[in-house]
Amino acid sequence: MTWIKKHLLDIESLTADEIVTVLDTAKAFKAVGERAIKKVPALRGKTVVNLFIEPSTRTRISFELAAQRLTADIVNFSADASSFKKGETLKDTARNLEALNADFIIIRHSASGAPHFLSRVVNASIINAGDGAHEHPTQALLDAFTIREHKGKIAGLNVTILGDILYSRVARSNIWALTKLGAKVTLCGPSTLVPKTFEQMGCRVTHNVDEAIRDADIIHLLRIQHERQRKTMFPSIGEYTTLFGLNKARLAKTKPDALIMHPGPINRGVEIDSEIADCSRSLILEQVTNGLAVRMAVLFLLNGGKGPQEVSGS
Amino acid sequence: MPEANVILDANAIGRALTRIAHEIAERNENSAEVVLVGIPTGGVPIAERLGKILSEIWKQSVPIGSLDVSMHRDDLDQRAAPKIHPTEIPFDVNGKTVVLVDDVLFSGRTIRAALDALNDFGRPKKIQLAVLIDRGHRDLPIKADFVGKNVPTAANEKIIVRENEVTLERK
Repeated sequence: MTWIKKHLLDIESLTADEIVTVLDTAKAFKAVGERAIKKVPALRGKTVVNLFIEPSTRTRISFELAAQRLTADIVNFSADASSFKKGETLKDTARNLEALNADFIIIRHSASGAPHFLSRVVNASIINAGDGAHEHPTQALLDAFTIREHKGKIAGLNVTILGDILYSRVARSNIWALTKLGAKVTLCGPSTLVPKTFEQMGCRVTHNVDEAIRDADIIHLLRIQHERQRKTMFPSIGEYTTLFGLNKARLAKTKPDALIMHPGPINRGVEIDSEIADCSRSLILEQVTNGLAVRMAVLFLLNGGKGPQEVSGS
Repeated sequence: MPEANVILDANAIGRALTRIAHEIAERNENSAEVVLVGIPTGGVPIAERLGKILSEIWKQSVPIGSLDVSMHRDDLDQRAAPKIHPTEIPFDVNGKTVVLVDDVLFSGRTIRAALDALNDFGRPKKIQLAVLIDRGHRDLPIKADFVGKNVPTAANEKIIVRENEVTLERK
């Protein structure tokens, strides 16, 4: 399949074929990361800007390293130290970055749709690194990559996403990606954070955690997004842990080959027992490794997505 | 239907590969130093066939790898991203004579990319190039050490290499 998209704004607008193309390409870049020389010249001379208007460490560093391993130049632009504090609009900031000939702008923003807006006002390729509670496409792609690597497939698997779904862009992007690839997705958490309306996205919704994880091949845990919610969504952290936290007793009642994922940062002792986070069934650190490969693949594909395939000589 | 002329049939391909293998053996006295690296997709099956013939000549197995050059191409921002094929080099290239193998030599840009890509795996003692077909029209100063057949072509013609047949087609 030929990749023709210029931006990666969300998973919703990708086809299953496009998702698989990213995963296949990422496989090759994961192999690059395992070599003595972990760098290739694919994006030599390109300029990438990390425009992080909302704080992030792991995603920013992952994109930074991905760009560097492709030989691009990357600059970081964070909200604290920037002109946002001086009242500049997002559009003006982006136009300034473009005036510096940025080829890619990777944006994280607390407002849903900010990347889509940018893609209409600048010429650079835009990559959504998380916009509000909307989407976090590279997270879903790295999760799909990790699942496929361990289970050999995605179609037909039972994937349970457990936690704060309502405020989670990771959940939304994962739901799109997994359902497009044929997985059966179950959502579980407090009823205030997992409303039945998610059934419209093709998922099963339940508020009983034991039932939700019993037949799961993948248990995907999400952090409670304290920063995005009011205190009225559930009584207390302690009660959440008691009712929905993944502990040894609950894990014992799952399929023995069920694997555990978490996009990080994890809150040990809240949504996941500390021991479980470090056990052999946890893929949490592999997700980080795979995130780098997936982000390299995304940059590589978008770099070419500017015109039709040309057949050039051997 | 495009007009197609058969340039090599199955027997002729077999003879050409046998001759190339003997030339590789003649050029490289120390057989233990030689490894073959095919360039996907067309070069990989040819490297495997050459490896088989060479191991019969030398009475020892010849290491074979594959080297994808997509990430080292010089036209990545001018075209849709190429499909990346597996790179498998299950041996140390340092101090070895690497024979790069491709099916068709045309502009030379793939080989330039391959030289760069190979560099990431180490410092071979020597690099040589074997191709089944050299069709001319070079953009770069690159020349094959071992050639199955030189085929004069026009720019609008296409060489199609299959397992048992090589044809020249007009677009």
